[in-house]
Amino acid sequence: MSAISRDEVAHLAALARIDLRPDELDRLAKELDVILDAVATVQQVAGDDVPATSHPMPLTNVTRPDEPRPSLPVEAVLAGAPEAEQQRFRVPRILEED
Amino acid sequence: MTESLIGLTASDLASRLAAGEVSAVEATQAHLDRIAAVDGGRDADGRAQGPGVHAFLHVANERALADAADVDAARARGDALPTLAGVPIAVKDVLATTGMPTTCGSRILRGWVPPYDATVVRRLREHRLVILGKTNMDEFAMGSSTEHSAYGATRNPWDTDRIPGGSGGGSAASLAAFEAPLAIGTDTGGSIRQPAAVTGTVGVKPTYGAVSRYGLVALASSLDQAGPCARTVLDAALLHEVVAGHDPCDSTSLPTPVPDVVAAARHGDVAGLRIGIIRELAGDGGGWQAGVKARFDEAVEALVDAGAKITEVSCPSFTAALAAYYLILPSEASSNLAKFDAMRYGLRVYPEGVADPTAEQVMAATREAGFGDEVKRRIILGTYALSSGYYEAYYGSAQKVRTLIQRDFEAAFAQADVLVSPTAPTTAFPLGDKLDDPLAMYLNDVATIPANLAGVPGMSLPSGLADEDGLPTGLQILAPANADDRLYRVGAALEALLVDRWGGPLLDRVPTLAPAEASR
Amino acid sequence: MTTTLPDTVVPYEEAVAAFDPVLGLEVHVELNTVTKMFCGCSTVFGAAPNTQVCPVCLGLPGALPVLNETALESAVRIGLALNCTIADWCRFARKNYFYPDMPKNFQTSQYDEPIAYDGWLDVELDDGSTFRVEIERAHMEEDTGKSLHVGGATGRIHGAEYSLVDYNRAGIPLIEIVTKPITGTGARAPEIARAYVATLRDLLKALGVSDVRMEQGSLRCDANVSLRPSPDAPFGTRSETKNVNSLRSVERAVRYEISRQAAVLRDGGRVVQETRHWHEDTGVTTSGRSKEQAEDYRYFPEPDLVPIAPERTWVDALRGTLPEPPAQRRRRLQADWGYTELEMRDVVNAGALDLVTETVAAGASPASARKWWTQELARRANAEGVELASMAVTPAQVAALQRLVDDGTLTDSLARQALDGVLAGEGDPDQVVAARGLRLVSDDAALGEAVDRAIAANPDVAEKIRGGKVQAAGALVGAVMRDMRGQADAAKVRELVLSRLAPADL
Repeated sequence: MSAISRDEVAHLAALARIDLRPDELDRLAKELDVILDAVATVQQVAGDDVPATSHPMPLTNVTRPDEPRPSLPVEAVLAGAPEAEQQRFRVPRILEED
Repeated sequence: MTESLIGLTASDLASRLAAGEVSAVEATQAHLDRIAAVDGGRDADGRAQGPGVHAFLHVANERALADAADVDAARARGDALPTLAGVPIAVKDVLATTGMPTTCGSRILRGWVPPYDATVVRRLREHRLVILGKTNMDEFAMGSSTEHSAYGATRNPWDTDRIPGGSGGGSAASLAAFEAPLAIGTDTGGSIRQPAAVTGTVGVKPTYGAVSRYGLVALASSLDQAGPCARTVLDAALLHEVVAGHDPCDSTSLPTPVPDVVAAARHGDVAGLRIGIIRELAGDGGGWQAGVKARFDEAVEALVDAGAKITEVSCPSFTAALAAYYLILPSEASSNLAKFDAMRYGLRVYPEGVADPTAEQVMAATREAGFGDEVKRRIILGTYALSSGYYEAYYGSAQKVRTLIQRDFEAAFAQADVLVSPTAPTTAFPLGDKLDDPLAMYLNDVATIPANLAGVPGMSLPSGLADEDGLPTGLQILAPANADDRLYRVGAALEALLVDRWGGPLLDRVPTLAPAEASR
Repeated sequence: MTTTLPDTVVPYEEAVAAFDPVLGLEVHVELNTVTKMFCGCSTVFGAAPNTQVCPVCLGLPGALPVLNETALESAVRIGLALNCTIADWCRFARKNYFYPDMPKNFQTSQYDEPIAYDGWLDVELDDGSTFRVEIERAHMEEDTGKSLHVGGATGRIHGAEYSLVDYNRAGIPLIEIVTKPITGTGARAPEIARAYVATLRDLLKALGVSDVRMEQGSLRCDANVSLRPSPDAPFGTRSETKNVNSLRSVERAVRYEISRQAAVLRDGGRVVQETRHWHEDTGVTTSGRSKEQAEDYRYFPEPDLVPIAPERTWVDALRGTLPEPPAQRRRRLQADWGYTELEMRDVVNAGALDLVTETVAAGASPASARKWWTQELARRANAEGVELASMAVTPAQVAALQRLVDDGTLTDSLARQALDGVLAGEGDPDQVVAARGLRLVSDDAALGEAVDRAIAANPDVAEKIRGGKVQAAGALVGAVMRDMRGQADAAKVRELVLSRLAPADL
């Protein structure tokens, strides 16, 4: 079923924003093959009539009232920022608008 | 004095504190001294250095003593104080704490101090427990050995060349090393129970939603659950009572009342109880260590002697649990860990040899440098499982298996009040043994994972020492959702039977730890 | 940086003669809830940067979302007003992609289980006819933060050295409303696109769920356009023009895209599936991110939020709170007010329907209310480049001005001066009139003296009037009015002039 290529790993790494080194790409391609072989067994277990479960407990309709709560002090907001300027988070240049 | 204070159970320590026989400052200082004596040092990068248990990533000496002094002052004033007021506790480094770093064992969060407390931490503080510090873990709770911590592995106090289990090995080891009487862990696939099993301690994963996840740095949101770690079943119950309860900040928090776990722990009893042995997890077959199986069988016999009715149940879907888990967890984790991108907090790494890098390049370079191998492996796996064209085959199928596992539990709990199995297939393995074989590492969780997939509660408690290596083995009890009290009723009964048989608590037999040079 | 050559376009009439346009409109509306979608932070527009954020909307590790009940209620009401089916059970989903203004690097949204789906909206066009736009879905999601691009040219993203991010907007509740492909518009596609957004805006405003301020970004439109050779051909490849932020721009952007794509197809090329950016100043769209390699968002059900299963009784109760549909309301008001089709359309096009309604409610006649808003105030708003509704005068103040005219205290000209004062923040019309001394001079002696001065200063004109050219009186009336700084009744002045110079005519 699987046989995941190095290129596929590179594509996944791009989606996941991880600049994997060449040796990591090679190693992960092999490891993922093995892991995917093992986990692919899930495909043989449940029939089409079995619904999927996304949440372990059957809760629904959990909401909160539209009432304001204090925000964080701005110093606390920016305390962890690698860089800040003009009370904003300074980030490297952004390539393209979405 | 100090020696005896660290040996006390939380329950006994709480009684002495309440009676004024000992102060919170004395109790806290005793544990801080013990940490200084046995935990070992860390280098400038925070990595474990030299001998020692290395259970703690951060020790909050001053803050802990100040909090303890506040408790003593309140007691002197005659304030009514909660049961565990003044009792020290260790907190897994995956829970947000103001005034203390929260790193999740990852380089990407080194030095990050959250501006808010996790609900669990807030409850600990409200109940006036004294937080000693933050305990080591596999990076972002991915692992079964703490070897995946960016700050070095924690050692098992029973044998410091062996793993303490994971991901919450730091919390479990701190208990077994008598560095703390209580600890908080989190359990996504066994990270409370498996470390408890291999360190001879007690760990409980409550019903999903019983303890708030607000402030618990998410690994897999639909599986994560914080819970108590302790040296006795009663201590675990006392802590369970503190941390459980509805939280409006967590949409998945259960609105139902918390069952009376303390009463259950005080009245251990299995007479007439139907105990189900899960055929698929009975410890037969490859991968299960003989000593683990032997102690399990003996424990079951003890339960029978105490009047329990044993019945065998079958949960056929459990054989697919591990596979489903290793798709659901990486999928959710790949999304949960996307927030670590060097923009707002945490590590920022600029790519080498790139002039004027873009935000995208800085994100990718930071995540490459800041995440360890296991984290990257699971993020890539999860990204794959969710990607278009594969979603149904992998993530979708895994969620269906989840439904089948819930159904298996429902059927089993129609036949039995609780289910039991060995907690982990083996005792603590040597450090480094399974690092190169992810699949072998994943097999550690085979017995604990079904409870997370179904959301039901589980407890691990010591079942003895394996004959072949003299290391602790654990027994797992599982109960229906919201019936966490059953774990404590059965656990307390079994604990009493076994301690009686052993002639004292199992931890009395933990080897004396050599003093480690404290160079924090 | 790439240099983009201007695109070739064909004249619009030729384009729509050769091709059949198909539209798809995606409107994002920011709800006017007090707090954000998943946390208790305030949503007030214009606060200092990063002062309205908390662990949840900043995406801090460990933080968890909890749904705002008013946002859910607004979503259901919008769905009902758009004649949608409300889902019995639905979930949120995570849309995974990395972007610095998105704190978690996933957007909490809805994917294949929207809260509302399969509806329609009747849109009234300029000629009074109605066009039905089918609604695919309306779903809940959260807004992103805002980036300020520093360095490079003109604060644009291209060429910037770095960016500064403010997360105040992150987590503000959004409803995304997506149409089904809109076919059968022919040459009227641009007009229909504008009319749809205008109708939707009015509906959302009437629902009271949003400020619908396009200029503040609380209503944003993405316009998808494709062309096909004929109405029975399959759909062509579409472009997605993002963030078209005024009604006029919606019309212009659609028109431009039709002309541009027609040129591509006419020259034997193929339309590229891509995001395009609309440039208000130049009136063109330019190529953005190519969607050749489709982004893989890896949607999956949001595990941190539980499913939503709206109680039927609750939904039915909300149905009872819906306002009258805009088209129906317009017809009713037109009849009530006795406006002609043209008058009504003037009011609607000026965006003055609510303002006129409130002015009439405050006591003005429908005719005077219409004149104030579509003439005097519309002119001033236009001159200042602001929306009518944001003028610093309330409908009650307009009605008060008209009352002063009706009771003879002010002439139209004086009333305009009083309006100057109101707009300048000098208070209500009564206060302005008192403070500025805006009053008709009804003292006959004073008026008589002014008339005599005017006659003395303009002997030639006076002579003409005496000679029977009564129409020349206007010049003298004008002189008197200037002398009195407008504070006289012109009819009365004329009467006095004539009584002195042409008594025979009286």
